[in-house]
This record gives sequence, structure tokens and C-alpha cells, in this order.
Amino acid sequence: MSDYFLLFNPNVVYVILGCLLMSVSASTVGTFTFLRKKSLVGDAVAHAILPGICLAFILNGTKNPLYLIPGAFLTGWLSTLLVDVLTRYSKIKQDAAISIVLSVFFGTGIWLLTVIQHSGMDNQSGLDAFLFGKAAALTSFDVWVFGLVALLLIAAVWAFYKEFQLLSFDKDFAQSIGYKIHLLELSLSGLTVLAVVTGIQAVGVVLMASLLIAPAATARFWTDKLHVMIFIAIVISSISAIVGASISYLAPQMPTGPWIVMVLSLTAVFTFVFAPQKGMVVKWFKQRHNQQLMLKENILKTFYYLTQTASDPKNPYFNLSDIQKQRALSNDSLHKGIETLISEGYLEKEQEQYYTLTKEGLQQGKRVAHLHRLWELYLTEYLHIAPDHVHDDAETIEHVLTPELQARLETILGNPEIEPEVKK
Amino acid sequence: MSSFWIILTGILVVASCSILGCFLVLRKMTMVGDAISHAVLPGIVLAYLVSGERNSIFLITGAALIGLLTTFLIEFLHKKAKVQEDASIGITFTSFFALGVILISYFAENVDLDQDCVLYGEIAYVTLDPMLIGNIEYGPKAVWLLAFVFLVVLAVIIPGYRSLSLTTFDPNYAQAIGISVTLWHYVLMSLVSLTTVASFESVGAILVVAFLTVPAATAYLLTEKLKNMILLSILFGVLASISGYYLADWSNGSIAGAMATAAGMIFGIVFIGKRIQRKWIIAAKN
Repeated sequence: MSDYFLLFNPNVVYVILGCLLMSVSASTVGTFTFLRKKSLVGDAVAHAILPGICLAFILNGTKNPLYLIPGAFLTGWLSTLLVDVLTRYSKIKQDAAISIVLSVFFGTGIWLLTVIQHSGMDNQSGLDAFLFGKAAALTSFDVWVFGLVALLLIAAVWAFYKEFQLLSFDKDFAQSIGYKIHLLELSLSGLTVLAVVTGIQAVGVVLMASLLIAPAATARFWTDKLHVMIFIAIVISSISAIVGASISYLAPQMPTGPWIVMVLSLTAVFTFVFAPQKGMVVKWFKQRHNQQLMLKENILKTFYYLTQTASDPKNPYFNLSDIQKQRALSNDSLHKGIETLISEGYLEKEQEQYYTLTKEGLQQGKRVAHLHRLWELYLTEYLHIAPDHVHDDAETIEHVLTPELQARLETILGNPEIEPEVKK
Repeated sequence: MSSFWIILTGILVVASCSILGCFLVLRKMTMVGDAISHAVLPGIVLAYLVSGERNSIFLITGAALIGLLTTFLIEFLHKKAKVQEDASIGITFTSFFALGVILISYFAENVDLDQDCVLYGEIAYVTLDPMLIGNIEYGPKAVWLLAFVFLVVLAVIIPGYRSLSLTTFDPNYAQAIGISVTLWHYVLMSLVSLTTVASFESVGAILVVAFLTVPAATAYLLTEKLKNMILLSILFGVLASISGYYLADWSNGSIAGAMATAAGMIFGIVFIGKRIQRKWIIAAKN
């Protein structure tokens, strides 16, 4: 354990640094591909790199990365262009175009790779490092290359931040104000390919997609601002890279790439469930809160109508079935709603099973009924919707109208004297 | 004789895949097929650990369940957690695949499996594992298994044809006349995952993806009718597996890889042919 913290083994430093640098590259460009809903193109690029590497090897007969990387870059880039060509010039949709390019390029790559392996060419072994990654065997040279690529990517994103931002959010607008969309898309996909070519050496073909997608998708749940999102994505992927690399160092039989991906995925799932505003738990509570609010307001409103039309105005007591005659509510939710309303002081229980509105309850019921009628009036007077069509809409809007909106509606409609609408 | 069995294996895989592929292409769900084919890895490893052999029905059912779980998770992330669809696909299948690789490393001594055999299985080895009854060989086990899967696909698709096509083309109408869209979605996905798992060892995930998409997409370029599309798709698939086999034989390379290459070439020819035909039609009109 102690040598882990001292990091005196240079190999570990290379592995951790290498994984860190390529994670930074991948998550930076991944943010843009994610926002452009082209995440899976990154998957296609990762697969399409293989035939390029094999061709470069066949042509030059060496494993020198200076030859292999341009080859990888070329077919990777070609694959993104082909996905565009297929969708633009035929009725094939994006998903099928991606699958076609991905599987055919990869299939061809495997075919070429096996042809090379069976041909007895010298020094071919190790080409398949591009297939599954070789994170545990990163060298100082790899780290330098990864660092250079990360630097280049960040510099490019920095320089063209505004352009890429517009391209991701409003392509048509970007075009209309004179941006060269084609050139921008080409350079953005070029940057993606660059990130994939380096990343793939660490985690392999299949898992590359995760490094591009997961940090961005996770960051999206924490913020609505692009620069914050990029920052969060970089932080998340860096932590995952360090944790993943450490796990495989502490338990040597464990593979690095898959552990980085596992950490990324767990972070993503945790975020999807617990994120402060967009997470499922918060959303669930919000939904529940809204449902309860609607239930309570609907009960109060019904009590209000009943009180207004009661045959004996001095004793406006009603039981559950009186309510249910006016509104379709299950016994269960009606019971719960009435219990809460009593505890909040809006309703009072009078003898067995009979309830009446308190003063506050009467006010609240009146308010909701008032909002309902206000909205109905607005729809009929201003939007010229037939009076028998406005009720359902008002039923939903009455619960969300704010006092400010209420004031505006009243001004627009000239402070109408509103009679409570009574259902007969 | 072995070339006969290898080509037959390819044809059986391609037959199941092209039929299912047509529905995937029309439903814009080919990437879900791709995701399933990668995500079944942990299922295969776990089932292999339990059953201790390949090509067992147990292994296939176990792994196919993981495939279904994948579709379910993708839907869940997309619909309930509101994650963008492409991202939910990407996150789900990479997580499963990573889990599979970790399991393989952890149980390295007990599992005679490689991640590369899942990616690009070796179809040439199918003849090494024959079906023995008594002392008589009845062809490779893989062929029997794939033939069984093909029959299952047919047995579901033929009676369910109307429901499947209705839920594909007009889900709202299908729902209105009482056909469950969700049910047929999961039926289709179970078949995809069954086919993927059954083929993984002989042809590998990547050829399954190629066969699921490329022949169906080629047929999609040429016809508007679903029945014709399915038939054409099978035709292109068979053509790809036969020509792929001879390409591999001539070049001494991976058969699965060559078959995917051949499927891609056929697609390319049809795609370019369609473009030229369009130009002619436009030129003739002027």
C-alpha cells in the first residue's frame, strides 16, 4: 500500500497519468458529441480505427505509431463522414448508418488483422493492443503523446468555444450568422477521432464509447451551463481514471479499462438517481408533492361549491359521498386528503363522517374556485374557445397559477365579479 | 465437408438476423441490437461458470435474459431518468461489457473464455465440436443450435407477423385495436438477444451486428414492402456469407470478418447503384 502512495514505481505513474490524460481528452470532446446527440458516432469511430491501423501496417510493415496513428485517424474520420453521407443521400436513418459503418469497418479490420497474423509478417504481434487496450503497459512515450493530444484538444476547444457551442445548441442559427458549419463539423469530428485514437489504446474499442458519453451525460444532470458541464465532465472522468488505474494496480489481475468504465457508470447511475434537481428521487418527490397539492385543492374547491349551494346554509356539513357525487375520487385518496386538510386546519370534523370548512378552508376553496373561473373566462374571452371546452384546461391550470399571474389575468379581464361555478 | 458446415452456420445466423434486422431498421433500433450483442458478455460468463460448458441451452437462456435486461435498462434510463437515448444505450452496454471483462479476469482460472471470442468468434472452429449421438456424428453442435434458434424465430415471427408489423409502422393504431406495443417490443428484443447469444461463439458479436443491420438496410434501399424487404434481406445475407467465406478462404483471414466485409460491399454496390439510377431518372426527365 505504501508504495502506491509513494508512487516509486514509474510504471504506475505512467499508467495513472496516461489514463488521466486520455480521460480528459475524451470527456472534453465527448461533451460536444453528447450535446449534438451523436454520442454513438464515437462508438463507430472507435471500431473504424482498426482497418486503418491494419492498412498502415500492411503498407509500411512497422508498428511505429507515427505510421499507425495517421492510418487510424484516416479511417476513423472517414467513418464519421460515411455516417453523414448515408443519412443524407438515402432514406437510411442515423442509427442504422452508425451500425452499418461500425460493423463493416470493424469486420474489415478483423479480416485484415487476421490476414496479417496468418501471413507470417514479422513483428505483427501487439497490433491487437488497439482492440482491447493496454492500459497496464503504457510507456513514457505514450504518456507524452496523450499529453500532447489533451493539450491540443483543450486549446482547440478554448479557441473555438463560441463556435462549437453554437454548433451544438443551434446549428441553424450558427449557419444564418455566417459560420462555416461544414468546416466546424469537420474539425469537431476530427477532434473526436483524435481523442478516440488515443483513448482506445488505454481501454480498447468497445469501452471507448463510455469515456466519451458517461462523463458528459453525468455532468448534464448537475448543470445547465456548458463551461461548467465540461469542467464537471473532466473532473468525473479524471477521478474515474485514477480510481480505475489504482484498482488494477492494487489487484494486478484486474483490468484497468473496464474498472475505469465501471467507476464512470456507477457515478452516472448515482447521479441519475440522486442529482439535486434532475435526479429521479427529487423528481419523484416533486411529483408526489404536486399530486397532493392538487388533491387537497380539489377537495377544498368541492367543499366550497357544496357550501355555496347547501340547502341549509347554517349547517354546511358534508360526508364523503357528497364529495364523491361531485368529483370522482377514490375512498383512499379522499380519506388521506381530508386527514391532511384537518391537520392543516382547513377542515373540521363534525360528528361521525361529516366535515365542514374552517374559515381558512373557505378562503382557500374560494381562491381555487376563483382561479378556475378566471382561467375559463380568459380562454373564452381571449382565445375564443367554446365555453364547454374550457373546464378541463382550467382544472389543471388552477393549481399552478401564481398570485402575479392572477393579478395580471384580473387586470386583463377587468376585475370581473366572479360567481362561483356550480355544477348541478 | 467443413466448408459446407461453415457456410451453413453463416447462413443460419444470417437468416435469423436478417429477419429480425428488418424490424430493427424500421423501428430505428439497430443500435439497441448492437448494445445487446455486447452486453450479453457477463451473462455468458456467469452461465458458463454455472453450467461449465458452451453451447448449452442453459447458457443461452441465462445470457439471453441479460440481453433483455439491457433493453429494459436502456428504456428505463431514457424514459424514467430522462437520459438522452444515445447516451443511455452507450452507458448501458459499456457497463455490461466492462462487467463481463472484469468477471473473466476474476474467474480467469475457471473460465475458458476471451473477450475477443465474443467480439469476433471463430466460425472455422464450429466443425471441431460435433454433435454425437452414440458414436455417430450428426454435424457440428453449433449448426444444430443455430437451426433451433432459426426455427424459434420463425415460430414467433410467422404467427406474430401482423402484430409485429403493425406495432412497427403504427404503434398508436396497434395500441388502439388492442395489440400490446410493449409486449411485442420485448418479444422482438428476446429474439434478438437469443440469436446474439447463440451466434456469439461461432461468429462473434460484430458479425451479428453486421448481419442484423447491413442486409436489412440494403433491402430497405430497394423496396417499400415489408415482405419483400425480409426476403431481399435474407437473399443479401446469404450472398454475403457465401462470398465472405470464399474471400476468407482466398485471403487466409477471419471468416466472420470477411463475411461482414462482403455484406458491406454488397451494401456499397446497391447504395451507389441507387444513386446512379436516380441521376439517370433526373437526367431522363430533363
